[in-house]
Amino acid sequence: MKILVPVKRVVDYNVKVRVKADGSGVETANVKMSMNPFDEIAVEEAVRLKEKGVAEEVVVVSMGVSQCQETIRTALAMGGDRGILVETDDELEPLAVAKMLKGLAEKESPDMVILGKQAIDDDANQTGQMFAALMGWGQGTFASEVDIQDGSIQVTREIDGGAETVKLKLPAVVTTDLRLNEPRYAKLPNIMKAKKKQLDTLSPADLGVDTTPRLKTVKVAEPPKRQGGIKVADVAELVDKLKNEAKVI
Amino acid sequence: MTILVVAEHDNAHLASATLGTVTAAKAIGGDVHVLVAGKDCGPVAEAAAKVDGVAKVLVADAPHYEHGLAEDLASLVAGMAGDYGHLLAPATTFGKNFMPRVAALLDVAQVSDITSVESEDTFTRPIYAGNAMATVQSTDGIKVITVRPTAFEPAAAEGGSAAVESVEASEHSGVADFVSQELTKSDRPELTSAKIVVSGGRGMGSGENFKILEEVADKLNAALGASRAAVDAGFVPNDYQVGQTGKIVAPDLYIAVGISGAIQHLAGMEGSKVIVAINKDEEAPIFEVADYGLVADLFQAVPEFSKELDKVL
Ligand SMILES: Cc1cc2nc3c(=O)[nH]c(=O)nc-3n(C[C@H](O)[C@H](O)[C@H](O)COP(=O)(O)OP(=O)(O)OC[C@H]3O[C@@H](n4cnc5c(N)ncnc54)[C@H](O)[C@@H]3O)c2cc1C
Ligand SMILES: Cc1cc2nc3c(=O)[nH]c(=O)nc-3n(C[C@H](O)[C@H](O)[C@H](O)COP(=O)(O)OP(=O)(O)OC[C@H]3O[C@@H](n4cnc5c(N)ncnc54)[C@H](O)[C@@H]3O)c2cc1C
Repeated sequence: MKILVPVKRVVDYNVKVRVKADGSGVETANVKMSMNPFDEIAVEEAVRLKEKGVAEEVVVVSMGVSQCQETIRTALAMGGDRGILVETDDELEPLAVAKMLKGLAEKESPDMVILGKQAIDDDANQTGQMFAALMGWGQGTFASEVDIQDGSIQVTREIDGGAETVKLKLPAVVTTDLRLNEPRYAKLPNIMKAKKKQLDTLSPADLGVDTTPRLKTVKVAEPPKRQGGIKVADVAELVDKLKNEAKVI
Repeated sequence: MTILVVAEHDNAHLASATLGTVTAAKAIGGDVHVLVAGKDCGPVAEAAAKVDGVAKVLVADAPHYEHGLAEDLASLVAGMAGDYGHLLAPATTFGKNFMPRVAALLDVAQVSDITSVESEDTFTRPIYAGNAMATVQSTDGIKVITVRPTAFEPAAAEGGSAAVESVEASEHSGVADFVSQELTKSDRPELTSAKIVVSGGRGMGSGENFKILEEVADKLNAALGASRAAVDAGFVPNDYQVGQTGKIVAPDLYIAVGISGAIQHLAGMEGSKVIVAINKDEEAPIFEVADYGLVADLFQAVPEFSKELDKVL
């Protein structure tokens, strides 16, 4: 089978972001960018399926500025076979990304699309579900286990009360949660090899998608800052403060 | 203008997250309808009809709605959307799962995880793990929104007397089926609605050691939580995780034990009224947000804390 893995270039999770002084967004110039951590998990899962002989080809796609090529190369170094960049400088909302993925899915006919459950910049948690709806496919979101069977997959999902298992007809969409697997680090020889792998570039227009945003960012502001409190000397003082000062116990 | 709130429930009880979502709907303004889709979910419809501020309850009762499958729920909700200006669901794993599908079927954007309503079309939501707050305006005709339940006071569960009507069920999608469910059993309050939460991190060392936290939690009638590191290490189940990619909690009292205070963890608990941190490292970032910090070895401090509680409770 063929697996499509969309990967997003985001501000590295170790970076503490700063809001721009004019309130138009967050500062992304000169900050470290990386692959969205959930997408590393998605690439890993696809590559493992290939190593197990379940999948024949893993196609990695990214949408955004030309530097997304680096993100694609990282995924190719982890074991992806080839990459597609849909290049645009426009800001992309999940609905536009989902529509472009639909365009690609119609060209590539994957049996499964594995995405991250959320991107850690916008925390939208939408793209996989939107894409599944546009295709009329089943979805296994927040996956902690994926089990491929004949013509279908069973996905165990992390839900608020515990875990749930659903069975989906293929083709289907899976979105990854943190505990699906532990992504590998790409080894140097593989990084070198990845540079030679095929990477095609398309534009949103090639896919017939209008990416005009539906949402207007009115402003971006710092959250109200919490004031640090005091250190207490011992447990007795702590209990006393909670009882008599904060009155929460 | 009429607003549809999609209720979260287990076919017997209305989930508390629905009540915060109703409050957000009231803040937008207009009549509030609640959709209860499930199987033999009459008791939930009755409960929803009593919620203060609800004008009408719509019930879709069919076997394939029993487990809230996204594929089936989304086609039902999208089919009803024409009567509404806004569609709301809680930003729990229930709402996050199906709402984006509804948005895509209607060809509109979704505004995720809102924490306040600025006007009928403008909402504020956290981005970058809560390190920035974005105010966004939706230009779509129908606004599809998920609501962070802990950011809104729960609507009163009693006092309303809404009419209950049934609506026609949509067809089963045929592409996804429920197989099984493993719910964590607990007699403790639910993590996202508990007044007190006691959380443990990697510093707990093992699942066995969580017993000392359980003792404290039981005395305080608190829920138990954990950092991602504690969940990844297998100390506790995944649904205990608090943080950017786990649950968002905002109790009156949050006690963080052996948790360093990574931004992804803080994103899930910074909204708590009072924060206590117990950590042996006085430099741990958790102390920057704690109202009361205790620098101590948790294996001494927690049992002692438990004993002190006996004196005052
Ligand atoms: C301040 C601000 C606030 C915003 N608020 C909203 C909002 O409330 N709602 C909204 O819809 N948009 C909003 N946006 C628009 C924002 O640009 C998009 O949400 C974002 O580009 C895509 O969302 P996401 O990555 O969080 O999607 P998610 O749904 O969280 O992403 C999940 C997965 O989809 C895949 N994916 C996503 N994007 C790409 C990509 N470009 N290339 C390849 N794969 C991808 C990845 O596998 C990823 O793990 C906002 C933007 C800003 C700057
Ligand atoms: C994409 C992504 C998403 C994430 N989402 C989340 C999330 O939702 N929630 C979350 O929590 N994390 C999340 N993380 C992980 C986060 O970055 C941290 O790694 C994690 O929160 C650390 O957990 P911890 O504080 O328990 O462990 P550590 O950082 O290892 O801290 C352990 C603490 O225990 C203290 N300690 C040790 N022994 C004792 C003792 N005997 N007595 C007292 N104190 C002791 C130490 O001083 C230390 O401060 C995410 C990370 C990524 C990349």
